[in-house]
Amino acid sequence: MILTMSYFELLKLASPETIVVITALAVLAIGLVTGHAKSRVTVSTMKSAQNTKDTSFAMGTCSAIAALGLVIAIGTVLMLPRNATLFGGMLVITPLTSLFKIICIALAFFTVLLTTSEKEPRHPGEYLALVLFATVGLMLLVGSEELLMIFIGLELLGLSLYVMTAFDKTDVRSAEAGLKYLLFGSTSSAFTFFGISLIYGMTGTTGLAGISQKLGAASVQPLLAVGIVMTLIGFAFKIAAAPFHLWAPDAYQGGPVPSAAFIASASKVASFVVLGKIVLVGFAPLHGNAAWHAMVAGWSPMLAALAALSILVGNLVALAQSNVRRLLAYSAVAHSGYTLIGIVAGDRDGLSAALFYATIYAITLVGAFGVVAMVRRETGGDNFSNFRGLVSRSPLIAGCMCVFMLSLAGIPPLAGFFGKFYLFSAALRAGANNGLLWLVAVALLGSFISLYYYLMVLKAIFVDEPAFPPVRHVYVVPSDLLPRTAVVVLAMAVFLLGVAPEILAAPILAAVP
Amino acid sequence: MIAWTIYLTLAGAVLLLLLPCRFARWIALLTTIAGLALGLIALVRTPIADLAHFTTIVRVPWVLALGMNYHLAIDGVSLTMVLVTGISAVSSVLFSWDVEHRQNEFFFWLLLVVAGCYGVFLSADLFLFFAFYELVIVPKYFLIAVFGSTNKEYGAMKLTLYSFFGGMLVFVGVLTAYVTAGTLDLNQLSQFQFSPQLQAWALPVLFLGFAVLAGIWPLHTWAPTGHVAAPTAGSMLLAGIVMKLGSYAGLRVAMNLFPQGFQMWSKWIVLLAVVGIVYAAAVALRQRDLKFVIGYSSVSHMGFVLLGLAATTGLSVSGAVLQMFSHGVIAALLFAVAGRMIYRRTHTRELDVLAGMDLSDALPFAAFTFIIAAAASMGIPGFSGFAAEITILIGAWKTYPFAVWVTGAGMVLVAAFTLRALKQSFFGEKERGVHLQEGRVPLDPDWNEQQNITAPEKCGACLLMLATLAVGLYPKVLLDRIMPAVEAMRFLK
Repeated sequence: MILTMSYFELLKLASPETIVVITALAVLAIGLVTGHAKSRVTVSTMKSAQNTKDTSFAMGTCSAIAALGLVIAIGTVLMLPRNATLFGGMLVITPLTSLFKIICIALAFFTVLLTTSEKEPRHPGEYLALVLFATVGLMLLVGSEELLMIFIGLELLGLSLYVMTAFDKTDVRSAEAGLKYLLFGSTSSAFTFFGISLIYGMTGTTGLAGISQKLGAASVQPLLAVGIVMTLIGFAFKIAAAPFHLWAPDAYQGGPVPSAAFIASASKVASFVVLGKIVLVGFAPLHGNAAWHAMVAGWSPMLAALAALSILVGNLVALAQSNVRRLLAYSAVAHSGYTLIGIVAGDRDGLSAALFYATIYAITLVGAFGVVAMVRRETGGDNFSNFRGLVSRSPLIAGCMCVFMLSLAGIPPLAGFFGKFYLFSAALRAGANNGLLWLVAVALLGSFISLYYYLMVLKAIFVDEPAFPPVRHVYVVPSDLLPRTAVVVLAMAVFLLGVAPEILAAPILAAVP
Repeated sequence: MIAWTIYLTLAGAVLLLLLPCRFARWIALLTTIAGLALGLIALVRTPIADLAHFTTIVRVPWVLALGMNYHLAIDGVSLTMVLVTGISAVSSVLFSWDVEHRQNEFFFWLLLVVAGCYGVFLSADLFLFFAFYELVIVPKYFLIAVFGSTNKEYGAMKLTLYSFFGGMLVFVGVLTAYVTAGTLDLNQLSQFQFSPQLQAWALPVLFLGFAVLAGIWPLHTWAPTGHVAAPTAGSMLLAGIVMKLGSYAGLRVAMNLFPQGFQMWSKWIVLLAVVGIVYAAAVALRQRDLKFVIGYSSVSHMGFVLLGLAATTGLSVSGAVLQMFSHGVIAALLFAVAGRMIYRRTHTRELDVLAGMDLSDALPFAAFTFIIAAAASMGIPGFSGFAAEITILIGAWKTYPFAVWVTGAGMVLVAAFTLRALKQSFFGEKERGVHLQEGRVPLDPDWNEQQNITAPEKCGACLLMLATLAVGLYPKVLLDRIMPAVEAMRFLK
């Protein structure tokens, strides 16, 4: 098959990835040219106006090109054929992969818009190039049904994210977060890789379809079970499911805001797509059963346990947070738990509910981080006290944050409410005789707890008096317009997907095999 | 056409966000009046025969993959609730006429609550119903936490969390019903035979979830704190219609979906209801804050609704629906007097302090209103409270005579605390220390308040008094529409 494949054909099918890579290189080059003068000056603490102008010009050019490249990439994804398979599943094109490539690229696009809100961008070219490389990693992850390729995608993504997290050289927290993320992340990669190698050793193939065939044919050997568990642990790290979530709070709080937004959104969506594919396609014969009185060993009880634990730990720990980014990190743990419920359900409905939920969660979180970025830029921090009185400073942004928080809490008519209903009903329908009711009950308890801390954020914004007199018209610079627009667009999307969820739910349901 | 109550109210809410604040109160007033007018037109124009069944008004496919429809319907019960929503909404806007601080936002949240209530009363699709039901929760938080008074942040959070907790229980019940029956259409669901085992556990979960909002006894504590913390319009809406969401939902969803389960559990619900009536009345007797008295009286009166529902005879359930209407109007009136007419002018609600002021001289109109409200609340014949409560008790006599005995005794307590509040707040003995100018109320000089009852306040109070009198004198106008609708429901057969 490899012999018959022409190089041109490969380039055509991988054109979105190629375009993003080319854009990344172009952005890198432009960053080198325009940001050159600046990188010499930053050694001293003196900053001239000329210097700032330089960087903001570099930032503007780089982000414009990055955004343009991403838009073109979306266009090329749309032009791909509906179905294609290269190299025995190394690169697969199905409606599902195309849809999620578009979603990932769109999320990356919004991350690029958020990047422009950074007050003093350093090395914007390098930063944006990293974002784009990470996006390529996401696209490879989504578009592959072969464990080796998936691993390469994961590593490309991971390595870019570690650097993105540690990118803020002026903040010691950023360095700490980067280091923690690197250590945890590489450990999890080791787990995944070891798991994959065991699975390969036992089944003789790395293609998901082949693995599924082999698993169905033979009885399960202990070594294979170890391989599966290790692979899943690796992914649990990636999606920050408890008890493998410990890197998340630091990465969310310490890293630059756009990095955190990217980790929380695009990276998570792609991880869920891959996780869903691996367990539902690759490990399908070992589904097991997570129903209360009918537990059967397999991956689904394991994921169910992870889900329940994540929901409880994430929500309970989030109660005690006073930093909005840290709070969002713990709520992310809880939301990973909710999303896992769909995968535990394990049928077409469950997977599409999980992917729908992951997507709207990602949209919401990018928006929320956008608001955090703006508050940070204006007040210099992201604790509750920095959010106080936001409604009088900027009613529009406060309203958007209200939309995001309430959607996360699952209040109608926002997307989160429909997402939860879809997810939980799919889970109940999957387990015969309401078997998964226990998991749904845990999730509902969790979302009851969560309303409290989301309301605490909103209380700071809407109820509390400002901690300090509002400083008006100090940072009103033109570049504020982009992130502001992005946040408003995302809030409208969250509202629209709540009122008319079929816009997204129908394509996902149609695309899930 | 009645569906436009929802759309107009939502449109008004959106408009409030866009227009400058000098229009805010007028937009709010016009939209709520339009809602009430639509309700009245429906009352006059819809033939009674059409109201005997849950008749579809709108049905548009919404999310096909999950079988969700945008489906609204109406019967006599819904119509009654729509009417009380309209009345409470108009009067609560009138009683918040002089809100100065963040006006747009205030009326935005207020209209959102009203729209959510209209939505709940009219939806015939379980998902739509649940969405509207949950929609009401968060606006209440902001209304109370931003615009409230005494201990507002605590009260707001407590109320919100209680409601959301109830909402989570409801979520479980709704999901179970949906997944088991495979449909979300309330009419179809109420024909579906759920297995008795399922009904036995799903009914208490669902009903309890709803009853939290209706202020059922051990889970009622959010109500007094919330009412006290809320701004006047907030308390009026809370007691007037939001608590009714719970009891209406219990009737429309819980009892209709799981009739056998309800039969199994009804005696326990009766027990809780009766305990609630007596307990809350006894507690109200000991309160010092006028709003707390009224808050507990709400819990007591809602106990009657629950009793009527749980007695499960056609008469008692119809009485319960009438009581929802009646209490909606009366509670709004009581809160309007306590929170607005008295508190805005004296800056106190302490009964002991009020007793020293002898407000009946200073605020004769307020005194008159409060007497009417108190009479209606005690169940004096001629007011809606009497018509409703007597219907409930007669209806319940067949199934739970003992409960009726206890409740009858409880009604003495209701009269006692109402009279006590009336006497202390308006007809106390003038203390020597307090010197009042003629027709004036002691005021903090810093608070530049209007002394006399303003025109909007008078309009609002008259509207509410008119409603309670009209229904009290001629309950047939509502009962004729409620009873056939109730009798068509499954749990009676």
